[in-house]
Amino acid sequence: MEKEHFNYDNIIVKKFLHATLIWGIVGMTIGLFLAFLFLYPDLNFGISWLSFGRLRPLHTNAVIFAFVGNALFAGVYYSLQRLLKARLYSNFLSNFNFWGWQLIIVAAAITLPLGITTSKEYAELEWPIDIAIALVWVAFGINMIGTIVKRRQRHLYVAIWFYLATFVTVAVLHIFNSFEYPVNLLKSYSVYAGVQDALVQWWYGHNAVAFFLTTPFLGLMYYFIPKASDRPIYSYRLSIVHFWSLIFIYIWAGPHHLLYSALPDWAQNLGVAFSVMLIAPSWGGMINGLLTLRGVWDKVRNEPILKFMVVAITGYGMATLEGPLLSLKNINAIAHFSDWVIAHVHVGALAWNGFLTFGMIYWLVPKLWKTKLHSVSLANTHFWLGTLGIVLYTIPMYISGVTQAFMWKQFNPDGSLVYGNFLETVAQIIPMYWMRAIGGSLYLIGAFVMLYNIYKTMSQGATVTDEEASAAPLLRLKKGRFAGEKYHSWLERKPVQFILITTVVILIGGAVQIIPTLLVKSNVPTISSVKPYTPLELEGRDLYIREGCVSCHSQMIRPFRSEVARYGTFSKGGEYVYDHPFLWGSKRTGPDLLRVGKKYLDSWHFNHFHDPQAISPGSIMPRYPWLIQNELDTSETVAKMRAMVAIGVPYTDEEIDNANHDLLKQSLQIEQNLFEDQQIEAVFKNTQGPPLHKREVIAMIAYLQRLGTDISQTQLETINNSK
Amino acid sequence: MLRFVKHHLETLENVSIYPIISLSIFVVFFAGLLFWTFRMKKNDLENAKQIPFDKLK
Repeated sequence: MEKEHFNYDNIIVKKFLHATLIWGIVGMTIGLFLAFLFLYPDLNFGISWLSFGRLRPLHTNAVIFAFVGNALFAGVYYSLQRLLKARLYSNFLSNFNFWGWQLIIVAAAITLPLGITTSKEYAELEWPIDIAIALVWVAFGINMIGTIVKRRQRHLYVAIWFYLATFVTVAVLHIFNSFEYPVNLLKSYSVYAGVQDALVQWWYGHNAVAFFLTTPFLGLMYYFIPKASDRPIYSYRLSIVHFWSLIFIYIWAGPHHLLYSALPDWAQNLGVAFSVMLIAPSWGGMINGLLTLRGVWDKVRNEPILKFMVVAITGYGMATLEGPLLSLKNINAIAHFSDWVIAHVHVGALAWNGFLTFGMIYWLVPKLWKTKLHSVSLANTHFWLGTLGIVLYTIPMYISGVTQAFMWKQFNPDGSLVYGNFLETVAQIIPMYWMRAIGGSLYLIGAFVMLYNIYKTMSQGATVTDEEASAAPLLRLKKGRFAGEKYHSWLERKPVQFILITTVVILIGGAVQIIPTLLVKSNVPTISSVKPYTPLELEGRDLYIREGCVSCHSQMIRPFRSEVARYGTFSKGGEYVYDHPFLWGSKRTGPDLLRVGKKYLDSWHFNHFHDPQAISPGSIMPRYPWLIQNELDTSETVAKMRAMVAIGVPYTDEEIDNANHDLLKQSLQIEQNLFEDQQIEAVFKNTQGPPLHKREVIAMIAYLQRLGTDISQTQLETINNSK
Repeated sequence: MLRFVKHHLETLENVSIYPIISLSIFVVFFAGLLFWTFRMKKNDLENAKQIPFDKLK
């Protein structure tokens, strides 16, 4: 049959590679800045948009969606065309995908430092940006599926299955986790509350790791490792088992982020069981990747690209063994909320995603620019800087996590906590934070070495042009399977059926866990004394969300003697029924705040926001001068309460009508309490600017003083006994 | 939004049957998968492996 001539679109790959390089440096630099904020809490110089709570989501979003996201598009668009022998379906969709994604990243880079956030991890962006993400993601999907439809290679190679699963699952996750009720253009509340919000969020959060950071990169692994080593994949059978069992199991594992929390036990146990099962497909994939290199290990010694890839796969193997181990309840009891988790995610991000991306860049750029890599020795330098950086980053974080977790749990013979003051446990791990900052610096310097090397390679190369190719078109086949054709072989040439089955497979796990938690009443027992927040507390809660307090403070006391002794009675699911969104947190850089209400005087909180180190010497909490200076915006209070009513919070009409009046009354009371402190009175009684009771800090104090106070000790005992 | 669907499954009893059902689903799924792949023809698999290299047999 006569061959058709066509062009592979290299320009779009070039654009995504540029974006990967730029955003990678940006995301890592912000990360390093955050690492230094642990050492110098006031390094933000009192500037709100440089504070830890606001920049932490920018770091995670930049690294996940900007760096890894652009690398994913570059790699998928390059390999997809070659694997299908077809140009990308639509130039318009390719460019829409590129520019749309960059605009979303810019929008994130503006809104997150301004404190415009939903506070749900890795889904912090507000609803208009969420809609934009959905549109761009769908454009990516149509472009990919369109290319598959007009392909000239009948069989869909294993890499493409991973790409398809990525598209389908990320779309499902993003849509279900982003159900928000808008208050205005820049503010919304999650329609789910408390326990349910937590479950949906970690179903999303865990699978964002699975289907944004893992499956597309496994697809890239299945393409780029064979290409870079010039060896076919070790076992195609294994890749089929790897693919289906991975996508099926991964989706169930989300609840392991919520062990010992107020989530129903059956859901927790389900999450643990499936997390342990995950070792099998993950290691199947790792083995398949590494064994592809059997017989060419001499190449690994000389070729920096393969070195990067080998460390990437090894990092994948380590992180996917550690993940299931962390899901075991006894290990999770120690590791959760500590720096151990930070170490775990950075093995994944720095080694697996980072190094696979670097390997891919070193392989792709000389190909696209039709030249040789400027300097192999600089690439080797980058490799060693990066590897050393990973080691120096993660090992101190493991030590820090274990050290601090054990300090939290240590008791004196008389039954009191050995380290009753949280700060003692922080002071102990500061040297580890120093080493982490050094490790991170090495990794970033390595990335700059790559930037220089790649820049020189691009400059010495030719202009990137589309690549001419030719292949015979596919013949139309009769419907159904041929005689003797096996079912999976048939499926592998049927993209639509393939996508449908993939969708069903990934929906099973989510459906089994989420539907009962949302619908079955007995899963979240209500507590009659738990009431909605007052208008001022609601505003304070929004400030808590804006400042990203949840990045460092949990609101989830686990049922351990050490936590109950330190923080108070453990959390009950019914306490969170009005929390849209939930604010349980995932890391305790500072202490848990669930029962901080009424623990300190209003003036303690005020002085603490003004100068934490003056109140708690050695504290690494930053100052919040803007909370003390800014006037609270109450123009939307009523709108916020109405939004809450729409999603199920029982504010009465009377409460809404009196909102501003009640808010003022509560503010004046807190102001009066603060003026009992003579120093505060001396400075703020006749101060310039808005009167003290109108400032943001008042709402924040109101919220903090409310936390955990709805249920008294006697009620708790009744609840416990009736269980 | 959930108000519209909230009341239908409220009375579901023995929700703990879910983990057992799901484990069974997985075992069946995994066994079927292994059965599939081991019945695949060696020649087809070799061809599939070569797709990235553009030299189909």
